[in-house]
Amino acid sequence: MSFFANKQNLVSDILRRYPTDRKRSAVMPLLREVQNAEGYVSDERIAEIAGIIESTATEVMSVMSFYSTYSSIPTGKYHLQVCMTLSCALAGSDQLWDYLQDKLEISQGEVTSDGLFSLQRVECLGSCGTAPLMQISDAGYAECLTKKRTDALLEELKRRGDGSIPANDTPTPVFVKHIDGRVVQVTSDGQIAGGNA
Amino acid sequence: MTAILENTAPEKPKSITSGLDPRFKPRLYEHVGVPNSWTLEYALKNGAYEGAKKALAGTPEQVQDEAKKSGLRGRGGAGFPTGVKWSFMPKEDSKPHYLVCNADESEPGTYKDRYLMEHDPHQLIEGMLVGMHAIRANVGYIYIRGEYILAAERLERAILDARAAGLLGDNAMGFGKSMQVFVHRGAGAYICGEETALMNSLEGLRANPRLKPPFPAQAGIFGMPTTVNNVVSIASGALIMRHGSDWFASMGTEKSKGNFLFHISGPVKRPGVYELPLGTTYREIIYTWGGGPTEVIKAFNPGGSSTPMLPFTDEILDMQADYENCAAKGTFLGTGGIILIPKNCDIVNMMYNYVRFYAHESCGKCTPCREGIGTWMVRLMQKLISGRGDPNDVKILEDLFGNIKGKAFCLLADSCIMPVQSAYNLFKEEFEYIAQNGKPMYSGYANRWNVE
Ligand SMILES: Cc1cc2nc3c(=O)[nH]c(=O)nc-3n(C[C@H](O)[C@H](O)[C@H](O)COP(=O)(O)O)c2cc1C
Ligand code: SF4
Ligand code: FES
Repeated sequence: MSFFANKQNLVSDILRRYPTDRKRSAVMPLLREVQNAEGYVSDERIAEIAGIIESTATEVMSVMSFYSTYSSIPTGKYHLQVCMTLSCALAGSDQLWDYLQDKLEISQGEVTSDGLFSLQRVECLGSCGTAPLMQISDAGYAECLTKKRTDALLEELKRRGDGSIPANDTPTPVFVKHIDGRVVQVTSDGQIAGGNA
Repeated sequence: MTAILENTAPEKPKSITSGLDPRFKPRLYEHVGVPNSWTLEYALKNGAYEGAKKALAGTPEQVQDEAKKSGLRGRGGAGFPTGVKWSFMPKEDSKPHYLVCNADESEPGTYKDRYLMEHDPHQLIEGMLVGMHAIRANVGYIYIRGEYILAAERLERAILDARAAGLLGDNAMGFGKSMQVFVHRGAGAYICGEETALMNSLEGLRANPRLKPPFPAQAGIFGMPTTVNNVVSIASGALIMRHGSDWFASMGTEKSKGNFLFHISGPVKRPGVYELPLGTTYREIIYTWGGGPTEVIKAFNPGGSSTPMLPFTDEILDMQADYENCAAKGTFLGTGGIILIPKNCDIVNMMYNYVRFYAHESCGKCTPCREGIGTWMVRLMQKLISGRGDPNDVKILEDLFGNIKGKAFCLLADSCIMPVQSAYNLFKEEFEYIAQNGKPMYSGYANRWNVE
């Protein structure tokens, strides 16, 4: 069954972003659509994408294998991608990883028997101020993961079970506010940083 | 005090080099954290697109000059003057030009672009209009790392709204020119932040870096003249058009002008992004704004993992953070992402974490990086931290530094060697200790996870 056949609006919206003779640029957005909908990209889908961008399956596969986001094997409904880079490691990501492995009884690249969870170690997610954290599928981040918050998160994901995630409850670390006509910087705990404002 | 001030001849007001200076106002992050700040309605109420209007009413050269006068330097890490970069683009040709916003933000320790895009996407789109006009481009791409889901959604939404309001589109802002902005999402590869690899990625190829020359201004994406700028460089362009180059140049030191997004991670009381003038001391950034370290610190990377470490000494803390001072100490201002390195953690373990990162992100194109880092550095560091090292390994490590640095196709390999070598130079005794004794000098790396 074709994936894109009934999504022609989406396909043309993607192709429209690039020069007409440069359809190949659409390979990444097309791969993402499939990966998000199906949790991985099968050979069949690769061939379909090759057809849209007027290239070959080998070429699509070569691009796909370059990037760590695309998976050629099925992932869980909740694909948990834990950042292991230094700022997260300094906040305990190694222990978080071990804990997830024990609790879910899977390791890197495996899927739980109910198909709900899979695990992957990833590198810096660009959110080092809210370490440790993980990305959940293509749905969003779960940040400042203490053990307690991790337990609560896993329970909530199990309860939902539909691929959706709870709203991100981590305040942006540091924001800027106007107080008494002055612009001051405020920290995530609501305090005015810099003291004497 | 007043008397003295009255008696002195009027001179240029002193440059702003502290966030505590009452004249300093955060602008890049002015709206970050405010409810609904990402909506067009909010943005228009707060002066968005006024800078773009001024820019589009003038010539590209006028915009370039304003950027040059402001002293703005690239915020992606290298610090090249933005106005000068824009002036490299051809003036009279019939080819399409492209502006590419580098929002790949994957340098460990760096997280400044994300919140700006999530909370103030219109500031970036306004900057795209300014930059596109400066380089005579009708199309701009924002290449955003795939993991930034919310930021990409907010940008897509903002582009649709701006298009519907006539700010983008065939007759953008009524100036009779077509201006289009598109989002292109990456898929988890640090090397895509390197501008030529990014261009390959945008063309739907494997993201291997390209040989320079030709430089992007001659032949970039689709073989056409292209400029690549960081998110904050582009957003700063909008602010400079809005508030003037004098405003921008009133902050900072002699050659490092403007407001800058410093941010801190690691064991610090208030990790976060702090918008401060360049020339703010590291002490003010880390203690006054960041609330100070939560444990004893021995060193820090000043601007992302790739920047060589500085020792955590009074001399360094009292240094004004700018491009020149960092260079004088053998490092870089970089992205402004400060990573604090705790004393009770073994430096070899921490540097193995970096090496593993760069090894994973090596694109595999050239041997010094693929084999030197991907195989040799990884194996040697693994050998050391697993307690199987011997004193000779330290010599081998030194050899590896020399054989890799400056010998690879792109800067990724040097970006790995530089911080590791800086750590080695600062904490050689820790490397020797683990090589000799099979165990680390400090053992605090293992138990760091918070329960509550
Ligand atoms: C390995 C590597 C990764 C890079 N990653 C980024 C990045 O994520 N974001 C960025 O703006 N620049 C990055 N750069 C720098 C870019 O190549 C380029 O210099 C920069 O985007 C230019 O923008 P600017 O002049 O506004 O600083 C990276 C460079 C290298 C060598
Ligand atoms: S230095 Fe590394 S990332 Fe750069 S081209 Fe060589 S292998 Fe690729
Ligand atoms: S190190 Fe984990 S988000 Fe940067």
